[in-house]
Amino acid sequence: MATGKKIVTTENTKVTEAFFLALFFFVSSVGYVVNVDAQQPKRIVSLVPNVTEILYAIGAGSQVVAVSSYDEEPPAVRRLPKVGALMDPDTERIITLRPDLVITYSSQVDLQSQLTRASIPFFDYRHGDLAHIMATMRGLGERTGHSAEAEQAARALEARIDEVRARVKGKPRPRTLLVFERDSGTLRNIYASAGRGFLHDMLEVAGGVDVLDEIDKESAQASIENILTLAPEVILELRSADRLSDAAMQTEVASWSSLASVPAVKNHRVMVLVGKELTVPGPRVAEAIERMAKALHP
Amino acid sequence: MSIRRRIVTVVSAFAVVTAVVIVWAPTVGSTSISLARVFDTSIPWADNVDAQIFFVARLPRVLAASLVGATLAAAGVVLQAMLRNPLATPFTLGVSAGAALGAMLAVIFQLEVGVLGISSVPIMSFAGSLVAIGIVYALASSQKRGLSTNVLLLAGVTLNSFFSALILFVQYLADFTQSLRAVRWLMGDLDVGSYRPIVGAAPFIIAAFAVFAILPRTLNLLSMGDDVAAARGVEVVRAQRWAFLSASLATGAAVSLGGPVGFIGIIVPHLVRLLVGSDHRIVLPAGTLFGAAFLVMCDLLARTIMAPLEIPVGIITALIGGPFFLWLLVKKS
Repeated sequence: MATGKKIVTTENTKVTEAFFLALFFFVSSVGYVVNVDAQQPKRIVSLVPNVTEILYAIGAGSQVVAVSSYDEEPPAVRRLPKVGALMDPDTERIITLRPDLVITYSSQVDLQSQLTRASIPFFDYRHGDLAHIMATMRGLGERTGHSAEAEQAARALEARIDEVRARVKGKPRPRTLLVFERDSGTLRNIYASAGRGFLHDMLEVAGGVDVLDEIDKESAQASIENILTLAPEVILELRSADRLSDAAMQTEVASWSSLASVPAVKNHRVMVLVGKELTVPGPRVAEAIERMAKALHP
Repeated sequence: MSIRRRIVTVVSAFAVVTAVVIVWAPTVGSTSISLARVFDTSIPWADNVDAQIFFVARLPRVLAASLVGATLAAAGVVLQAMLRNPLATPFTLGVSAGAALGAMLAVIFQLEVGVLGISSVPIMSFAGSLVAIGIVYALASSQKRGLSTNVLLLAGVTLNSFFSALILFVQYLADFTQSLRAVRWLMGDLDVGSYRPIVGAAPFIIAAFAVFAILPRTLNLLSMGDDVAAARGVEVVRAQRWAFLSASLATGAAVSLGGPVGFIGIIVPHLVRLLVGSDHRIVLPAGTLFGAAFLVMCDLLARTIMAPLEIPVGIITALIGGPFFLWLLVKKS
């Protein structure tokens, strides 16, 4: 019926119709996911790498049958089929794999409506704050039949986070610029964590204060004038890479030297941490926080 | 008033306004600084925050903005006259798409081939623009009768869409944060953070302006038609070749410095023509000066109105320039 109608409608109404249809499917599917909780999924497709890590951490790894093209962790996922990613999920292959649960990111609205049409339940994930990592663990534990393990994993993470909190308690909290993106070798296109989000929370736990606290966003582009004015005591850069040579590390630290009046530069407290786990809101977040705390409070 | 006097008067007026803007712009920003402190040499450099804000954050930005604005406006004037097409821009002939592709490749494949403190992104974008210029030029001059402006236009437009498709393809292969960075590059950014990229781009721009300086009379004739120009003794093909190569080279250098800041290359020439008439002996220098002042002002707004957040400068140029131009268009017609 809908197709018949579409033929006679104009472009504009078609678009509107499609939008409301998608919205309707989206809204109805959210209810649907909640309703089918009784069944335990045995074939999970995860399109969100950090959620894949969470699934393995709560003992649901053996139920995962396919992952996104960016999934690398844990190593077990490397031999699983890859079915696209955030922008380009391969819907056909996903459906062919006959999953009984698909982990989607909240912006994948098209995919979600297609899954609903195919009666495939999905888990709607989006990045949040630090506590959201543990909440996602528990939520997925319930959803996949691993409540106890998920609870245990979440508690273990919380314990490690609390340990860091306790260790830095009472120590002076340096005002820190937490950079996660920058044109290497220069001071262009600097992106830093701002007033909320998991990176902001990680920094707080590790005993620092985000200099961009005032900006109510997860990240912000920091201009040079901004950085000079804010005068951070520490500049902490997270570089998502496996390793950085000593020479490259020196170049990166030296790129900041032209901002001589910034206390972090003056007191040689510009630090670059290298590791792919540093910016991933998953089970390795405790390691990342521990490394940040060590850098801030040696 | 004789034409010579008119040129001197009008161009000096534009020069004064532009000079005032360029001198004033570094004194304002999201933080208030004391000029007395900025130039107080008794304070050690490392302790003089005001001086650093002035010399490290603002001055390079203002210089980059004036250089990029001047170049894009001048290249727009030259190309519109040469192609006799009011819709021509410095980006029409594929230069910016080539530059964008180069920049994308540098961002996405994380090339770390910085030279002399200039990172891989501007270097690759300049290389990309050279490739685009080379292709368009080769296509347009492959015909026996020298450079064909029609072929030049068509080749440029086609190359633009071809490169745009390549850009989308490369972005598609990239991960999310890289695509975001690439998209951000396309909106223009003048927070260059040091003088090195300016010094790197300047020689190409200066060379192009040396060519521009001898062009105005020829452009006046060319805009009346190739035959008219030829009859008046213009070596049409040679003039077009020089105009195309210099304008494109300067555009490539400007884009590598500040990203493909839109709008200036098309609107500033028209705006200036509405203000001062169509004699290129006035339009070219006045447009150059106006382009510089306009981009400096747009960047000033970009860095202040939502501080501490920055607005990409390309958004401001279109938001301010569009309505202003339409208003002028209605008022003058």
